[in-house]
Amino acid sequence: MLLTLSWTVPLAGAILLLLVGNADGRRDGLMRWLALGISLLTLAVTLVLWAAFDAASAEFQFVERIPWIPAFGIDYSVGVDGISILLVVLTGFLTPIALLSSWGSIERKVKEFSIFMLALEAAMIGVFVSLDLFLFYVFWDAMLVPMYFLIGIWGYDQRVYAAIKFMLYTMAGSVLMLVAILGLAYIHSSTTGAYSFDLLKLYELEIAPATQFWFFLAFTLAFAIKVPLFPFHTWLPDAHVQAPTAGSVILAGVLLKMGTYGLLRFSFPLFPEAAAYFAPWLALLAVVGIVYGALVAMVQPDMKKLVAYSSVSHLGFVVLGICAMNVQGVQGAVYQMLAHGVSTGGLFLLVGMLSDRRHTRLISEYGGLKHVMPRLTAAFFIITLASIGLPGLNGFIGEFLIMLGGFRWDPRFVVFAGLGVILSAVYMLWMFQRVYYGPVRHDHNAHLPDLMPREWAAVLPLCAAAFIMGIFPGLFLRPMEASVDALVQRVQIAQPLQVQNVERRERFERSERSERPERSERSERPERSERSERSER
Amino acid sequence: MLALIPLFPLLGFLINALVGRRLPKTVSGSVASAVMVASFVVSAMSVWQLAALPPAERVLEQTLYTWIASGDFQLDLTFRVDALSAVMILVVSGIGSLIHIYSTAYMHDEIDSEYARYFSYLNLFAAFMLVLVLGANFVVLFVGWEGVGLCSYLLIGFWFKKRSASDAGKKAFVVNRIGDYAFILGTLLIVTRFGTLDFLRLAEAVGPMAVEEGVFGVISIATLLLFIGATGKSAQIPLYTWLPDAMEGPTPVSALIHAATMVTAGVYMIGRNAVLFSHAPETMLIVAVIGAATALFAGTIGLVQNDIKRVLAYSTVSQLGLMFLAMGVGAFGAGIFHLYTHAFFKALLFLGSGAVIHALAGEQDIRNMGGLKRYLPVTYWTFLIGSLAIAGVPFLSGFFSKDEILYETFHEGHTILWLVAAITSLLTATYMFRLVFLTFHGERRHDAPAPAHQEDEESAHGAPAHHDHLHDAPPAMALVLIVLAVGSVLAGYVGVPHALGGHNALSSWLAPAFLPGTGPADAVLPAEEAALELTLMGVSSLIALAGIGLAAFIWLTRRELAARLAHAWSGVYTLLLNKYYVDEIYDAVIVRPTVRISQDGLWRGFDVRVVDAVVNGFGSVVDASAAVLRRLQTGSVRAYAGSLFIGVVMILGYYLWR
Repeated sequence: MLLTLSWTVPLAGAILLLLVGNADGRRDGLMRWLALGISLLTLAVTLVLWAAFDAASAEFQFVERIPWIPAFGIDYSVGVDGISILLVVLTGFLTPIALLSSWGSIERKVKEFSIFMLALEAAMIGVFVSLDLFLFYVFWDAMLVPMYFLIGIWGYDQRVYAAIKFMLYTMAGSVLMLVAILGLAYIHSSTTGAYSFDLLKLYELEIAPATQFWFFLAFTLAFAIKVPLFPFHTWLPDAHVQAPTAGSVILAGVLLKMGTYGLLRFSFPLFPEAAAYFAPWLALLAVVGIVYGALVAMVQPDMKKLVAYSSVSHLGFVVLGICAMNVQGVQGAVYQMLAHGVSTGGLFLLVGMLSDRRHTRLISEYGGLKHVMPRLTAAFFIITLASIGLPGLNGFIGEFLIMLGGFRWDPRFVVFAGLGVILSAVYMLWMFQRVYYGPVRHDHNAHLPDLMPREWAAVLPLCAAAFIMGIFPGLFLRPMEASVDALVQRVQIAQPLQVQNVERRERFERSERSERPERSERSERPERSERSERSER
Repeated sequence: MLALIPLFPLLGFLINALVGRRLPKTVSGSVASAVMVASFVVSAMSVWQLAALPPAERVLEQTLYTWIASGDFQLDLTFRVDALSAVMILVVSGIGSLIHIYSTAYMHDEIDSEYARYFSYLNLFAAFMLVLVLGANFVVLFVGWEGVGLCSYLLIGFWFKKRSASDAGKKAFVVNRIGDYAFILGTLLIVTRFGTLDFLRLAEAVGPMAVEEGVFGVISIATLLLFIGATGKSAQIPLYTWLPDAMEGPTPVSALIHAATMVTAGVYMIGRNAVLFSHAPETMLIVAVIGAATALFAGTIGLVQNDIKRVLAYSTVSQLGLMFLAMGVGAFGAGIFHLYTHAFFKALLFLGSGAVIHALAGEQDIRNMGGLKRYLPVTYWTFLIGSLAIAGVPFLSGFFSKDEILYETFHEGHTILWLVAAITSLLTATYMFRLVFLTFHGERRHDAPAPAHQEDEESAHGAPAHHDHLHDAPPAMALVLIVLAVGSVLAGYVGVPHALGGHNALSSWLAPAFLPGTGPADAVLPAEEAALELTLMGVSSLIALAGIGLAAFIWLTRRELAARLAHAWSGVYTLLLNKYYVDEIYDAVIVRPTVRISQDGLWRGFDVRVVDAVVNGFGSVVDASAAVLRRLQTGSVRAYAGSLFIGVVMILGYYLWR
């Protein structure tokens, strides 16, 4: 019940707003407060879920299953594990912040804007909690609609082009995914005699490697576009630049994670053999994206575009961690998803505040803002540091674990991915210097107001989250550990190397009890041999 | 208790960062200094406690909590003090306290909020530096490592209105990141191969392994990667270029971060992993060669620079090179010894130069100085002591530590490296006394036109003290100069070599840190080695005196000679003055091509012309085919019926044909 609430609360809120009259925008203030209140209520629900979540278990929790279209085995089936619960919380956390950010910038059609934001939240949470592939697909596509309108109506000058590009790109991927989903249900019926879209049942299917190959590609293409993985990324800069601040925050903070979440939830565990085959190629694209995104970010004249390209770089790390498919890599990937939501969400928020004040996003229009708005500068600096992965802040934990996991798998990828560490400092600090340091060069900038209380309310939680995630990563790593472990086992258990795996588990547990020095023995060698034999297959 | 050592400065940081802009200067300065002194007291107590233990067991440890746990990887936030960290925490918190006190006077012309901002950064730096030296594993060390880099960035760019300052800060951070990249890779290699990141565990794991003699194995690669990290932080070839630029920061910052503490982190890190490095002789040779080369290279540049702080900066690079030389030849104790004495005299020299700059209201060009001896007696005498110490004049601190390095280098059979180090010593003595003579002796050259940068800095420095009203260092600064001068004389006496009848107490104190689980090194020195050491000592004393004499000859008595030399060797002179054009080369070979490729090749080229063109191409294909297909929708029933008929025929035909 609780889980259903998590997505029905914002949906009900959207319907409620629909019913409240708002002729000529007379009740805009009410709309804003209502929407904020509803999103905070949703946040409360997600936090309750997190608190009630049993971290020790790898099972899906809060599972609800109601037959929906029995003829085709379609259920309303929801549940969360340690990975999706955190993403649900992230969604709950970012939506009120995004709504707050819009108070200064969205002036027209406030009612419609709030409705779309809440509908979007409902769909996003729906995506993360669905355990039925059909239901998942419904949410996945439902999510596009409000986003399309958010960009197309409240965006900047080229919003229509960006909205259509966003829509077409994503649809192209998701159509293939739909075919693959139907195909899976068909395979299920041909082996067991009944259609099913239930993820847990589909996990049990034995799918021939040749079939896996195509299914993996269909799913992964949809997700790769969403991530976005190089070279499917060009919709992202346009969508981000044209979207209103709130849209960018949600887009970067949550929507991009749907892609990597999809890889973790569907592509890899459903088609483990194909995944093993494709992992090095995906990782290659990821690494290219890391370096490419960073280099292109470096030369952007537009702040929003810069941050958008930096997302291509950061999400590359996430995909690399997933491809490594060991505990550190996957935990790092999930962690990086959360961390990127906080830091890039924060960057878009702060850039949005600048552009609310000055109505430009061009770096060259700024300079010397540190004198004018010291508080905003401080917040921006903290988020900048978070984004470049300074230890003690959120970005470091994810990157480090991903590189560790990646190194255990195949060090060559990490050698190139690591270049992103250098480049992220280059593009972020360069932007920071040009915007905040130096003398005030434009008269318009001389009297910009510093952070207002409403903006504080949006920025502070993000800064706090950046510190908490950097200093106490256990809060987030522990709940996901069991699920990640199970996932890694799942993907690897399909390989004919079970024996070694079990042996490693046993040794791991044994040494956990005894002295730590023993650790040197169980270095990564067994796992490496697993992987190399896997890829030989 | 160990956690308190970095926590005190962190607390100071929080106070000054959060409420500092509303505090008067006396309060924010006192808070910042007080937390440093508190940290020093706790450090001293910890070291006292440590010294009470038997030598082989001298380790204090405190684990706060498990920081990162993921699968079989577990990383604790652990602080540890052993003999090596003990030296480091005393240097950092001790010299750090002095520099905080000095800063309260030096930065006094800043407005309240800037003053508080300065001290918050300085405290934060101290906190991270202490984390760096207390960290018990690579990742905790890395927290400090990156943290000090961050503070260095902030403090170099403290006067952020100046373009050159914010550029220098960014350069420092980015160049350091290049080193960090290698450092992280080294860390990852170590944890995957040896299963631990804890320094002690690692030493235990590596200890029994075979030394990689003549092969370039895992340990060699790992140590090389770590060393590349060290070249970034400690400004060695090829990543040294950020340090001279870092002089854009306030002078006490240069003293603390870019002379006494942060830049020595690389040397410390190698000492911390002495066992690991000892197993990789190939890497050690690289370390020694890079160290010696940097020492010589930076020394030659230092000879012709005209900015008082830049001379000191190149001198720092050069001295750090000597430390790396020591590490590379396996004389870990000697390297740390020099690190420790260098902290005193180089901090003293920087703070002395700060007093000069303060008195001259921001003037840094030694061509515009001269004759300051009369006006700034405290500064002069302390600066002179510092210069004597760094030059290696007998019985001052630098003499003992530098000689130990020279002796060990020679003793290990690296004759050429010894020669390079000896030449470096000559250069050191020469450029330092060039600085002394040009700054303090001779006639005042105050009417030279003020350089342009002075204007900006004065807004920061406030009261434009007129050149004719020179004032010596105010009490807080003078006190610190005197304390450091005393230190520069005496600090070496903890390591008087056996050849001179001493016990080299420091070396035996440090020995267990380099080879965990053992006692102090045995203290017997064969007679012939003592004779060798004495001979070398004599040679290097002569070198130091020769260098000073040379400087005196040229810049004290025959000033025109310098100009004539510069003219006669104008090619070499220009090359040195322009620092071998390394910055320009890096810019032309790495920086600009990267930007251009990213801009024209990747972004406007690939992203816009290729990917988007393909995407838009799909769009036009759909468009065009729609235009073609539209023609089929003629609306004519006969045409539809006709195509229907053809279709039926084709399907039937297919089945019949089959």
